[in-house]
Amino acid sequence: MEPQPQDPPTMTESEREPRAPEAATEAAVPFQSPAAQASAPRAHRGRDEGDVELRKLSAYYGSNQAVKEVDLRFAADKVTAIIGPSGCGKSTMVRCINRMHEEIPSARAEGEVLLDGLDLYDERIDVVAVRRAVGMVFQKPNPFPTMSVFDNVVAGLRLTGASRGEMDDRGREALVGAGLWDEVKNRLKAPGVGLSGGQQQRLCIARALAVEPEVLLMDEPCSALDPVATLKIEELIGELKQRVTIVIVTHNMQQAARVADTTVFMLDGELVEVGPTEKLFTTPDDERTEQYVTGKFG
Amino acid sequence: MSANQHALLIDRGNLRRRNAVNRAASWASTIAALLAVAVLILVVGSVLLKGIGALSWHFLTTPTALFNESGGGISNAIVGSAIIVGVAAAIAIPVGILVALYTTEFAPARIAGPVRFVLDVLNGVPTIITGIFVYGLLVVPQQGQSGFAGSIALAIVMLPIVARTAQEVLALVPSTLKEASAALGIAHWRTVLRVTIPTAMGGLVTGALLGVARVAGETAPLIFATSIYRQGMLTNPGEALASIPIFIFHQSEAPSPEAHTEAWAAAFVLIAVVLLLNIVARAFYARSQRRMKA
Repeated sequence: MEPQPQDPPTMTESEREPRAPEAATEAAVPFQSPAAQASAPRAHRGRDEGDVELRKLSAYYGSNQAVKEVDLRFAADKVTAIIGPSGCGKSTMVRCINRMHEEIPSARAEGEVLLDGLDLYDERIDVVAVRRAVGMVFQKPNPFPTMSVFDNVVAGLRLTGASRGEMDDRGREALVGAGLWDEVKNRLKAPGVGLSGGQQQRLCIARALAVEPEVLLMDEPCSALDPVATLKIEELIGELKQRVTIVIVTHNMQQAARVADTTVFMLDGELVEVGPTEKLFTTPDDERTEQYVTGKFG
Repeated sequence: MSANQHALLIDRGNLRRRNAVNRAASWASTIAALLAVAVLILVVGSVLLKGIGALSWHFLTTPTALFNESGGGISNAIVGSAIIVGVAAAIAIPVGILVALYTTEFAPARIAGPVRFVLDVLNGVPTIITGIFVYGLLVVPQQGQSGFAGSIALAIVMLPIVARTAQEVLALVPSTLKEASAALGIAHWRTVLRVTIPTAMGGLVTGALLGVARVAGETAPLIFATSIYRQGMLTNPGEALASIPIFIFHQSEAPSPEAHTEAWAAAFVLIAVVLLLNIVARAFYARSQRRMKA
């Protein structure tokens, strides 16, 4: 990010000089949790909010290093796809961004994850709030089985003390945003698990959107879905990138080519190549990338 | 080549023997299953046959006769059992579920393992020992038996049953749901309250009902805690209360054949209640299984 004369006054030192490793902890502005930023009305959101940068990020399971000193930036309002063979650390890396990686016993991460310049691994960070600023959609649709369609969508809001009216508005907005409103508006009180697989996954996307995150992580969101449902999700991703930074892990290279502006190729926990999607799939710089995208391994 | 492959499909000389072993094994297991059912039918049937002479509305609604003579009923024992078991359940169910929540959701593995082991050991303690323990703990210092002492004894018997079943069903809650909740920025304790417990609710109810069913028929802990009681309908757990198991115990020791019949009749009532509790528990369990699979 280049220093801009018209930078908003809340910009911190760390954002002007993103390369200074200690800058993030010396933020000049009073500490503001990511959640507080996330709950600000979306209309006021600047173009460059939701910018994620990994610095020397390593992730471990016990002594096994699954992600090796990755430096990477996910630009705001862009879709970034992460591809690579099974076990290359792409899911692990993504789970470090919302600090879900550490939920697994014996798992830990090192390095920095900067959200708009703020290090999410800083000791002052409220981990629970991080997950409201960085939402996540999982491989298999996982709506809460005890809740209705609507209660699923507002599950995250209900616990942040939102009022009834606010929940109704934002729940509806999230369902519209996830392209599900027309299909479920007459069955909001029906169980969420009664929907089809594709609808359930869009319900999970709506649930993640309802808390208004700046970043949405998608961990192979279509791997359990049929082609029609997959297409709907891919179209949705195209619309959502206006609102959130999207990072999508995918096994499906065609999918990466269809939805992503930028594509990242990983191998054995290392970042091999990152570039504009078209370039990565047509004229990659690295030999391994070329072998992978042409189907020679993986 | 293909002849070689297909040769594997042809009997290699032991096919007849394998089929015979197969048949024998399935017959043996069928017979074992039938035997188990037969024992239950025999027990319930013989209890009913021997007790039917005393079973009547009068029997269910009248307190025990003076000096346990025949001609009375078991209304005081039914009410007493309900109070003793109810108080025991009120103690053991919340504590048991909290223990299970602690071990499955909060405790590190090196604590959860030993706690589980201790619960298994507690589950294996003979109930007469629980009875003696409560006798020493409460009855002797209070200089008298009480329904409350009986409740404490039953709660100790019930606790490991409730806690272990609750642990099992809480562990069955899919981790993907807990993950989904955490990823929404929902604090862990709220996830437990709003996602984990509601999802496991059917199983938790099952465990609680099985615990109640198990202790409803316990006799040994009550002999020391609440077996010498006044005549008539008693409802104050501060004094010794009547109970169905103790009624059966007294009547079966009595010399008259009528008293024995009454013991059988009370036993039938007890079995019926326990059976009913088990059926209800199973229904709840089936419901929760469906919910988890969905």
